[in-house]
Amino acid sequence: MANFYTDNPSLKLHLNHPLMQKIVELKERNFADADKYDYAPRDFEDAMDSYDKVLEVVGEICGDIIAENAEDVDHQGPRVENSRVIYADGTQRNLDACRKAGLMGMSMPRRLGGLNFPITPYIMAADIVSRADAGFENLWGLQDCAETIYEFGNEEQLQKYIPRVCQGETMSMDLTEPDAGSDLQSVMLKATQKEDGSWVLNGVKRFITNGDSDIHLVLARSEEGSKDGRGLSMFIYDKKNGGVNVRRIENKMGIKGSPTCELVYKDAPAELVGSRRLGLIKYVMALMNGARLGIAAQSVGLCEAAYREALQYAKEREQFGKAIITFPAVAEILSLMKAKLDAGRALLYACARYVDIYKIYDDIAKERKLTPEEKQEAKMYSRLADAFTPLAKGLTSEFANQNTYDAIQIHGGSGFMKDYRCERLYRDARITSIYEGTTQLQVVAAIRHVTTGTYLDRIREMEQEQVMPEDEAVKNTLVFMTQQYADAVQAVLGVKDSRFQDFMARRLVEMAGHIIMGYLLLEDTQRDASVRKSLHVYVKYGQAEVAKHADFIGNFRPEQIEDYLY
Amino acid sequence: MSLNIIVLAKQVPDTRNVGKDAMKADGTVNRAALPAIFNPEDLNALEQALRLKEMYPGTKVTLLTMGPARAAEVIREGLYRGADNGVVLSDRAFAGADTLATSYALSAAVRKMGHVDLIIGGRQAIDGDTAQVGPQIAEKLGWPQVTYAEEIEKVADGRVVVKRRIEGGVETVSCPVPCVVTVNGSAAPCRPRNAKALQKYKYAAVPSEADEARKALLEARPWLEIGEWNAATVDADLEQCGLAGSPTKVKGIVNVVFTAKEARRLDNDDAQIEEFVKELIANHTIG
Repeated sequence: MANFYTDNPSLKLHLNHPLMQKIVELKERNFADADKYDYAPRDFEDAMDSYDKVLEVVGEICGDIIAENAEDVDHQGPRVENSRVIYADGTQRNLDACRKAGLMGMSMPRRLGGLNFPITPYIMAADIVSRADAGFENLWGLQDCAETIYEFGNEEQLQKYIPRVCQGETMSMDLTEPDAGSDLQSVMLKATQKEDGSWVLNGVKRFITNGDSDIHLVLARSEEGSKDGRGLSMFIYDKKNGGVNVRRIENKMGIKGSPTCELVYKDAPAELVGSRRLGLIKYVMALMNGARLGIAAQSVGLCEAAYREALQYAKEREQFGKAIITFPAVAEILSLMKAKLDAGRALLYACARYVDIYKIYDDIAKERKLTPEEKQEAKMYSRLADAFTPLAKGLTSEFANQNTYDAIQIHGGSGFMKDYRCERLYRDARITSIYEGTTQLQVVAAIRHVTTGTYLDRIREMEQEQVMPEDEAVKNTLVFMTQQYADAVQAVLGVKDSRFQDFMARRLVEMAGHIIMGYLLLEDTQRDASVRKSLHVYVKYGQAEVAKHADFIGNFRPEQIEDYLY
Repeated sequence: MSLNIIVLAKQVPDTRNVGKDAMKADGTVNRAALPAIFNPEDLNALEQALRLKEMYPGTKVTLLTMGPARAAEVIREGLYRGADNGVVLSDRAFAGADTLATSYALSAAVRKMGHVDLIIGGRQAIDGDTAQVGPQIAEKLGWPQVTYAEEIEKVADGRVVVKRRIEGGVETVSCPVPCVVTVNGSAAPCRPRNAKALQKYKYAAVPSEADEARKALLEARPWLEIGEWNAATVDADLEQCGLAGSPTKVKGIVNVVFTAKEARRLDNDDAQIEEFVKELIANHTIG
């Protein structure tokens, strides 16, 4: 009888962000669907009420079904029989519940059978699902591959595949190969065009999450003799056609309910998506950005689960005659866990809102010409989404690792045993800072926005916002941190050595992240005073981190880099 | 083949999460202190109906509940899960009804619903725990009944096939339709609310709970209007309704913890059943 949405007021705080009005009105095209679909909202309040109610269903399913099944799923895991994946029993029950509840294809338009939800409430559902079982989030969350078909497929493909996703068929994105992990330009899987114009795929993919899905998006080399990313195209493989077998599934450390497959393609028929040669450079980049936001949601959900486990244990566990939560050393760990949870979540939803606006404008642009003002705005939000996505993925996944580590620490020796949930959370969290681009690759994507000033510009804008008198001191700290950050950026850019800049990039990105999250918590505090505690704890933490990085950069002589390099 | 199915649903106080203030000083249930919910075994019943709807396309599932206008909430909960429509049977004349008067009113409503193949309800409600209403409706309609159902397997050739929970196992029976089936809590749990149905029906209401704005909406979107019937609508004899039609008089309430649990198997034989009922009355198990 648990509800993971209604028991967590911070979700509603983010759902009710002022920017949602704009998002909803754009997404609903001024509520034009109200006369065409009996489940379409009539106005902004109606739409928000629907998101709220549907998230309540998500919260109920997560609390009562998915979280309850998580332990069994972790123990049982999926298996391969006759080259097909069979999910753990609990996974199957989770999927059935999500299908019956109509929680598949949530963001797809109604004309294709979806709920037409903006990204923000969809990501909130992902956050809630991940708290229940991060491994299951992978299967459920792969529905956002439909987003890529919707954006780049032709109308026939939209009509053919998206309603099936909305009905509950699962998806996978088949990108990685044994020799192409972070470096997707090396993908070898061969796409051959037959005389009748149709395509077949041959080769091997590895580490494919939910690799026995119903509908696959596949990155393959369509241009014979090519070597780099420009020879790659995107294809849809429909399991109904056959031709792809599961050779094995990996035995993983965490997210064990999510089958990670090695796939063998043997003359597998496939459909080209969009244009040839744009597979990696355009479509996979879009796909990855969506997936990275999903991993950020997964990370925040894990942070939430870890904090709750730790908090409850610290209240119940007594040592030296009192509950361990009363000891400052323990309380500090918990407070920081909570602050990172709130900060990470603020960053996640800020990013989700930016993604929402630019994506909706992209979609509107297919229907009509955007006005110059709209174009300008779309461009601005697209840039912000581009800047915030790697930041959110990179930082929240590190928080997920830190918080699940701390949750075990709070549990002491008991946490090291398989008996407590924190042990699974720790294993499940470990992958978040690796897949969909390691933290190091998120830094590579984010550093551009350090050097071009996207982050600093946004920080300066947030600096202009009025705050309550009691928050002025915190704001002054943030202003001071911003100066340290700006100085550090100048110092690093002043050294004309790209190795030096790569070496320092992580520090600069983290500094920007601490300041941005500080401002986002400050903004949340203006709407909800209960965030203030996390604001104080987070800014105190961020201040020390920023000072540490400023100190490291300020006292680093460029030639010292030789001590580090191999 | 499509079926017309009525699902009996009751809005009950959530006695599963009982706090200190759950009972009033006089021993009656303090309804204000307990949230009103969809009776759990009625949800098991609804799931069976929805599965039949999936098996036999075109099947119509109608929820029937008796209670005040606010009981429309259980109809909405059913619509969110896939029911087609619902009726709230609501009248002051029904107030204070015991199981006999309740089953009378509900059977009168069923008669007004035209052709019905199956009535499915929960075994019992968690407020009264009597398990009498379902069987009494069958009796009043002159229909056969199957109790303790766990799974309705199929409806074919004028018969329904039901797996039922019995002491020490499961038996599968077939029974001519129309009939009443009461479903045990050990049956499959009800499916979750569906996101589209939830958005479609969230403003559904009976006319008497609708304000002006809601009334206008019910007019514009007729599928949102939940049927609201009273004693006159179902041609009920007022003498058999509510307090007037209730021979049960509550003298006091005593907490009883069952200490003995025993099952006895009887043949389908009137003499044996009569003998057994007399024995139960004699030892004060019933009556």
